[in-house]
Amino acid sequence: MDVVVGGGVVGLSIAWRLARAGRPVTVVDPAPASGASHAAAGMLAPVSEVTYTEEPLLRLGVASLRRWPAFAADLTADAGLTPAAGPAAGPAAGPAGVSAAVRDGLDLRAQGTLDVAFGADDLAALGELAAFMEKLGLPVERLTGRECRRLEPMLAPSVRGGLLAPGDAWVDPRRVTAALLAALERRAVPLVRAGVSELLRDGGRVTGVRLAPPPEDHPAAPEGSEQGDEIRAERVILAAGAWSAGLADVPVRPVKGQIMRLRSPVPLLSRCVRGMVHGAPVYLVPRGDGELVVGATQEELGFDTRVTAGGLYELLRDARELVPGVTELEVAEVVAGLRPGTPDNLPIIGPGAAPGLVLATGHYRGGVLMAPLTAAILQGEEGDLASLCSPARFRDIS
Amino acid sequence: MDDLIIAGEKFSSRLIMGTGGAPSLEVLDQALAASGTELTTVAMRRLDPAARGSVLDVLRERGIKVLPNTAGCFTAGDAVLTARLAREALGTAWVKLEVIADERTLLPDPIETFDAAERLVADGFTVLPYIGDDPALARRLEQAGCAAVMPLGAPIGSGLGIRNPHNIELIVEAAGVPVILDAGIGTASDAALAMELGCDAVLLATAVTRAQRPDVMATAMREAVRAGRLARQAGRIPRRRYAEASSPMTP
Repeated sequence: MDVVVGGGVVGLSIAWRLARAGRPVTVVDPAPASGASHAAAGMLAPVSEVTYTEEPLLRLGVASLRRWPAFAADLTADAGLTPAAGPAAGPAAGPAGVSAAVRDGLDLRAQGTLDVAFGADDLAALGELAAFMEKLGLPVERLTGRECRRLEPMLAPSVRGGLLAPGDAWVDPRRVTAALLAALERRAVPLVRAGVSELLRDGGRVTGVRLAPPPEDHPAAPEGSEQGDEIRAERVILAAGAWSAGLADVPVRPVKGQIMRLRSPVPLLSRCVRGMVHGAPVYLVPRGDGELVVGATQEELGFDTRVTAGGLYELLRDARELVPGVTELEVAEVVAGLRPGTPDNLPIIGPGAAPGLVLATGHYRGGVLMAPLTAAILQGEEGDLASLCSPARFRDIS
Repeated sequence: MDDLIIAGEKFSSRLIMGTGGAPSLEVLDQALAASGTELTTVAMRRLDPAARGSVLDVLRERGIKVLPNTAGCFTAGDAVLTARLAREALGTAWVKLEVIADERTLLPDPIETFDAAERLVADGFTVLPYIGDDPALARRLEQAGCAAVMPLGAPIGSGLGIRNPHNIELIVEAAGVPVILDAGIGTASDAALAMELGCDAVLLATAVTRAQRPDVMATAMREAVRAGRLARQAGRIPRRRYAEASSPMTP
């Protein structure tokens, strides 16, 4: 049997794929789908996010994006969701095709990402980025300010130009994790709601996990609970995100992101919009139900998930530069999540140094995007790309 | 040895690095290694010094001295508080004092900077203030007890080079403490020029971290700072309007 430590989008995707392949698997997480996956905006935008020195990350992202439609279709069917669960009434004022593009219950949409620039400096920087993308053979389209606003009329009039990455997509990560949990339940995969205090080791081999006792103030654990117990396993798959370094020697650190969810009666945007404001990147992700996600800060503050005044101020200030209308919207939610960062921004996927341990962590800003690829790599597919993520690239991995 | 000496501490490298703008810690690490820097400044706001695996670990691993800075502060009060928190967290009394006037230009606010410098010096800090290219202010800050002065070449991240070389020369001429050209460096020739003008060191970040190949640009900067320093020491020839044959024209 395999034990997957971590019930975020990565761990759940792995468990689901294993279960589909007929392998017995158990998932352990004290609060599944509540960490970085809960905070994430769900951008599947490998092209618009590419920067210098990060071509390997681009290759991984593009490969995983290619897997997303089939992954979403399988998951929708497996979770028993109704496909094409778009908004009941299409937005009258919104561009055509929005509701039609909601292809399944996950709100997966593929209208592309629009990267916009305001000042002359930002425009020049965007031009350089476009040249870099064209050199990499990426399909991007350069647009004038007016063309940008024809696509997205709510953009600020001061927009000078933009770059459309037509292949980029996005998905609602909360629907994805909910669907994964439903699919796992339908396949009778055990979900143990407990923390893991340590990995069990026998000689050099990892043989299972020890469950953490519930915290003192926690309501009494249900009878027959395995908490405080051990779970033995042939393989332990560590997918604990930012918490992975507490269980094995992996170079993963928490990178805090504050993110805001606004609610709009009428969708303001029909695609993801990104831009640089004062040198800080901001993005807006529209959902089918009128939600507009504004993200995200990047802070190196350890395991701190406090929402701060400065964080909110910066998000709103920058979002308003892009789309002045956002200030009219209702604030639905503000959360901070912890991205699992690695030294080279690439995930760590594959066998650990100790037999019995498999790593699937360090997805940083791309957990939702990379989940299908990660699950595939752990099933022995994508050998070429797997080598880019190999844990062996870091010394002293155990 | 031609060491850079700040507040009695010696550095053999005259290139001081910043960490902002690097796409990843690994890219930053390689760039720092290539730069040969021994002193690197880190923004203390939104950084937990105790967190594992952060940029501070990268510096510790490389044995690079950390120069905490007060980037993001708009008032002397914020800057003094940030410096004190940094001293407590990192155990260093050195601080690069940065108090900016507005977000658009990120130009330093001279009055808040001077106010904070006075208070920090009185509190026992080794203060390295980031300032405009203002010779009068540089002199006043030296008199106030700052360990160095750090005039800008151009606004932070602009890559515009040294916009007023004359003022930098005036600052160098009058200074009894090290002058560190800070901000505005775009490419290697800018760094070399700073050293030729007589600056004691150069501080840069974006020019390296946002280059297409940061490690290669870091090497270029290391060489440029060395070249500019040597050229300054060698003494340049006077400029002439017309040619002067370097070898005899007639047999």
